[in-house]
Amino acid sequence: MKIFKLLKTLSETPGPSGFERRIADQISQIWEPFVDKITTDRVGSVFAVKSGSGTEPRPQLLLAAHMDEIGLMVTEVVNRDAYGFLRVTNVGGVDIRHLYSQPVVVHGRRDIHGVLASLPARMLPSERRNGPFGFEDLVVDPGLPMEILQELVDIGDFISFRQPLRKLMGKNVTGKALDNRASVAAVIICLEELQDRNHEWDIVAAATAQEETRLLGAYTGAFLQEPDAAVAIDVTFAKGAGLSEQGHPELNSGPGLDIGPNVHPGMYKALKSAAEAIEMDVSVGTHTRGSGTDAFGIQVARSGVPTGLVSIPLRYMHTMVETVNTKDVERTGRLLAEFITRLDSAFLTDIVKEMMEEED
Amino acid sequence: MNELLKKLTEASGVSSAEKEVRILIRDLIAEHVDEWHVDAMGNLIALKSGTGAVDLRVMIDAHMDEVGLMVTNVDSSGLLRFDTVGGIDDRTLLGKVVQVGPQKITGVIGARPIHLLKANQRTSVVKCESMRIDIGAKNKTSAMGKVNIGDLANFITEYEELGPTAIGKAFDNRAGCAALIEILRGEPYPFDIIAAFTVQEEVGLRGAQVAAYGIKPDAAFVLESTPAYDLPTDQDISPNVVLGKGPAVYVMDRVTIQDPRLVSHIMRTAEKNEIPFQIRQPGGGSTNTAVIQAVHGGVPAATIAVPGRHAHTPNMMINLEDYTNFVKLTEATLHSVTPQLINRSI
Repeated sequence: MKIFKLLKTLSETPGPSGFERRIADQISQIWEPFVDKITTDRVGSVFAVKSGSGTEPRPQLLLAAHMDEIGLMVTEVVNRDAYGFLRVTNVGGVDIRHLYSQPVVVHGRRDIHGVLASLPARMLPSERRNGPFGFEDLVVDPGLPMEILQELVDIGDFISFRQPLRKLMGKNVTGKALDNRASVAAVIICLEELQDRNHEWDIVAAATAQEETRLLGAYTGAFLQEPDAAVAIDVTFAKGAGLSEQGHPELNSGPGLDIGPNVHPGMYKALKSAAEAIEMDVSVGTHTRGSGTDAFGIQVARSGVPTGLVSIPLRYMHTMVETVNTKDVERTGRLLAEFITRLDSAFLTDIVKEMMEEED
Repeated sequence: MNELLKKLTEASGVSSAEKEVRILIRDLIAEHVDEWHVDAMGNLIALKSGTGAVDLRVMIDAHMDEVGLMVTNVDSSGLLRFDTVGGIDDRTLLGKVVQVGPQKITGVIGARPIHLLKANQRTSVVKCESMRIDIGAKNKTSAMGKVNIGDLANFITEYEELGPTAIGKAFDNRAGCAALIEILRGEPYPFDIIAAFTVQEEVGLRGAQVAAYGIKPDAAFVLESTPAYDLPTDQDISPNVVLGKGPAVYVMDRVTIQDPRLVSHIMRTAEKNEIPFQIRQPGGGSTNTAVIQAVHGGVPAATIAVPGRHAHTPNMMINLEDYTNFVKLTEATLHSVTPQLINRSI
């Protein structure tokens, strides 16, 4: 599968948290040839099972990548000189500094294109002249008469950002929702790679819903699937404009493997061994409390799930110009596949045993 | 789909780098004019001969340039430092996609992710000097193969029609250019029309000044896009115009009193021909009239403009009917210009 085309399809399909149906359908379609069964759950996550070759009952690994993206929601339909405008609020962690003059799609009775607009700062009330344009000032301008707009849009309609995926130099691509469609793509590459390779465990690939708002799909998905172990795949802050400190990976430096409270040490070690086996460069990321990813929710499902976290370096997270290197996405897919083929019937008991081993 | 507006707005032409627009317009008008030339500053000047019925030289100006960015340096990381060209609010820049230089290298303007910001940074405007354009280069050497210091960059926006309106970049002033092209493609007027597609309006009305000097017209009309601030607000916004109420006629701005005889001629023509129009409230802003009216011993000049929302951003909006009426009103105005109109007798 061509990586740019895959990422373009995934990135450009709308799916703000709570409005994942279209991206869910899109992902199901792409998964179909590679898996044995596809199901959905009550909050909108999608799951695909690819059965392993081990003897039953086979252990099961959950690969979780959230499919939702940050977006906006309509709060009011307002009139000015017979034109209609929409006041909006955020869905997930939207950075207001980036909103002015962004193209959007309003998911009303039909999709309506518009642009986020404001009066110039000098025309705003004096107390609001110095900051970025906030939700008090911004409106979506769909360029339509009020009488048409009010037939098409209701308060509560979702809005997604509209930006085609574009190529930059050196296999870098830029667009919206690469957090976390880049990871969804990596899972697809993993499933594709597994077509020709033997794996003992059953694999459940999950595209989870509402991660950006409250990790909802991670909690419900891990509860329903009852996995024996899990790997969450998400993006991490890469060095770029505005972020140059040590400790953040470069683009094109390979996947990041996270260590921290949300990650089981045995899972981290197994992922690291898999990377070493295929001589793949990885970076090590750390989190000290919550990882802010699906790993946080999955880890505490039912009586607990040994969970790993793999991240793809991404610049400008939560903007419409999120940037990843396609080679990192492909590497992440290959690493997951390698990790999966190395899982055997002893894996679970081994990682428990290691918890009680004295350090050398 | 208005192909003319699409082509013109999607072309790159930041002030002083108008070449792509200049060539595009030349190709669009060459068959419809008697002669054309490019002057020392890059203005494209074209003559459309009249029927000879009236002895006048009338200049029509539309500036070709748009606001944009200029690369000022390249960091060792390969990120590009830049400054704005023309009036762009720093708030406009984050999260935008641009094309840099003659090779049209795609770049984005990113920033530190919201997750890593302190509370006061989330509510502060990032200054242009601390932003960078990211073209995906791995270091300075790889960036310098594709872009150069001094390269100009423009926003990328696909022209799109949304029912009664259209969205795109640079309607200021490709809408004026489009109208002027339509006029050149139309029937001849009773007198010679000298079209001036001018450069560098956005950085101080530079091109029109020398164009007007070179043309030495008897009268001039400036075709523009004027900012419409018709968004929902309780504030008293002035000067203002509104989308959908027709082309706007300038009377007075920050610099200029438009020639009152031409202004009233435009309004009378609109009324006579039942073309909707609005008077732009007197106030700030300026147009090429400011420089044209002051060359030689003075040139009677006036501005007609199509209202455009969200000026100097990547996503402007005009009303397509306003545009049609803008062309109609300009044509009707020109057809009825007479030497008596501008004859200054005591």
